[in-house]
Amino acid sequence: MNHPQAPETSNEPLAPGQRLPESERREFSPEAIAEIQAIMAKYPDKLAATLPALHIAQREFGFVSLSAMKAVAKAIGIPEGHVFGVATFYTMYQKAPVGKYHFSVCTNISCALRGAAQLLEKVCEKTGVKPGAGPSPDGMWSVEEVECLAGCGVAPCVQVNHDVYDELVDEQKLIDMMEACKRGEYRPWAQ
Amino acid sequence: MAAIRTKPDHHTYTFPGFGSEKFPNLLLRGAGDLNNWHLKVYEQQHEGYVAMKAALKMEPVAVIEEVKTSGLRGRGGAGFPCGLKWSFMPKDTADRKFTRYLVCNADEGEPGTFKDRVILEYNPHQLIEGMIIGGWAMQCVTGYVYVRGEFLWLIEKLEAAIQEARDAGYLGKNILGTGWDYDILVHRGAGAYICGEETALLNSLEGRRGEPRVKPPFPAAKGAFGQPTTINNVETLAAVPPIMRMGGAEYAKIGSPKNSGTRIFGVSGHVKRPGIYELPMGTPMNFLVEELCGGSSTGKKIKAIIPGGASCPMLDEKDFDVPMDFDNLRARGSMGGSGGLIVMDEDTCIVQATLRLIRFYAHESCGQCTPCREGCNWMEMILYRIEHGEGKMEDLDLLASLTPRIGMRTLCPLGDAACGPMDSALQKFRHEFEHHITHKTCYATGSRLLSKVGAH
Repeated sequence: MNHPQAPETSNEPLAPGQRLPESERREFSPEAIAEIQAIMAKYPDKLAATLPALHIAQREFGFVSLSAMKAVAKAIGIPEGHVFGVATFYTMYQKAPVGKYHFSVCTNISCALRGAAQLLEKVCEKTGVKPGAGPSPDGMWSVEEVECLAGCGVAPCVQVNHDVYDELVDEQKLIDMMEACKRGEYRPWAQ
Repeated sequence: MAAIRTKPDHHTYTFPGFGSEKFPNLLLRGAGDLNNWHLKVYEQQHEGYVAMKAALKMEPVAVIEEVKTSGLRGRGGAGFPCGLKWSFMPKDTADRKFTRYLVCNADEGEPGTFKDRVILEYNPHQLIEGMIIGGWAMQCVTGYVYVRGEFLWLIEKLEAAIQEARDAGYLGKNILGTGWDYDILVHRGAGAYICGEETALLNSLEGRRGEPRVKPPFPAAKGAFGQPTTINNVETLAAVPPIMRMGGAEYAKIGSPKNSGTRIFGVSGHVKRPGIYELPMGTPMNFLVEELCGGSSTGKKIKAIIPGGASCPMLDEKDFDVPMDFDNLRARGSMGGSGGLIVMDEDTCIVQATLRLIRFYAHESCGQCTPCREGCNWMEMILYRIEHGEGKMEDLDLLASLTPRIGMRTLCPLGDAACGPMDSALQKFRHEFEHHITHKTCYATGSRLLSKVGAH
């Protein structure tokens, strides 16, 4: 397991009892709290709301920072350590900021056989960012190399934010997709 | 909220003769038509919910017997008989009442596999109907569908379909006057391949890290939230309505002996018409690849086929005639797996392909068992140095010595899954590895499979 990435904190790690600076604290909106409580009520155990609540946190705050995890723990009433453990286990929770348009390029075998490696290089070249290295300076783009997106037959498969683009993406399609992003036709990352 | 998908996808779903008696169309009815998912289309055109209404009039035990008669084997990978699995669920006794759950595994993440998404995209009601029949047979209180997080649009579609079923009175309280309450909930995963393993999936459903549990206790004794639980794959559950409609004995006549029914095969890689093909079990592999998919897309000969998703050992030319069912593939040293065929032509560098696959397992290992966590990483590093021209001949023996120390020594089959491609590549394409070590370059001349920009 070589992927857990420490969530972004302020420059110094927190000492016991020390609080996060004001600017990094996150509070759920009342609507989000109500949504999480509705989810908790659906399961026999409130712990089961951890994953859905982290998805809500990512939607509300853009990424799952340490303070977002704290907010989740508080909203459900479970230990912060548990939420931290869960959030760092799953790769879909972004532990650092991402761009407004987040490209997930599958480079697994089926896509690789149809040019995913070259496509990933093209995406990086066009957006000017490296995979997993945070958003571009203007905050528009970020790129991630991901595992199978279950679009093997129409590979290479790319996901932009939450929507999958499984239409044999080539260079021209990629340019079209980026233009559509710039025109705001795709759903942005945080809704 | 995402809109329901409106753009068509480019998969191939049908072929001449599909839907005839020889190639029955049980799972992919209406695939490719984006309006097909609605309840009214399913009921009017595809005999929807007929099987459920019949099943709810039967005794639960009789439903399980019918599924046993059909010989349906789990389509998730292991091929365990579905009816037998259902019969493991404890029954209520006078002094003890159980809360039972049915969980549908839609965490489709096996590289090369893309069959479950087709059912979720075009036939979600068939899955819902299968889950209602299964829920009735085992007298469950809730059905959970664990869908991988990347399928957000399919989750929204599935939830819309479930709402349609609720509105029609097929879910909820006192379903069709039977006095039985049952509902289906959708749980979204968050990007972990390991959650396709049943006990890891249960942990993830409970809101924990997706780490597989020690078995026993098996899920039928202690599963989701500590209660008896059965976990079935999407395709297995979707096969239940056709079984109840046509009768188990009739279904058992399709396919090959002990491997009854049809199965969805997804073909990807170097073929002219990649896509989704529903075929009776035991259809020869070269018929699918050569006849239906049109053979190699590059004009080069096909060198290797992975017959059932990335975890299955590769097959080379001499085994391309294998009938595709669980037993025949096992006899040829591979597995039926999840039915995803990955086709590689002779220009594909097997060293790169193996490195890409092993990198996947190293990345997705949950980190719980040492042999898998360390072993997969070591295999990746050794393959990396062979690929980059720094390998030594001893590395091949080292790789061969690693796999027996990983396989069958871990809690879940992820470690074994990593050994499948590794062992088979070494056995069948050893000359490519040797060429890499001695010439410091690929034996095959195809395009790169690994990107130059950082791996995760």
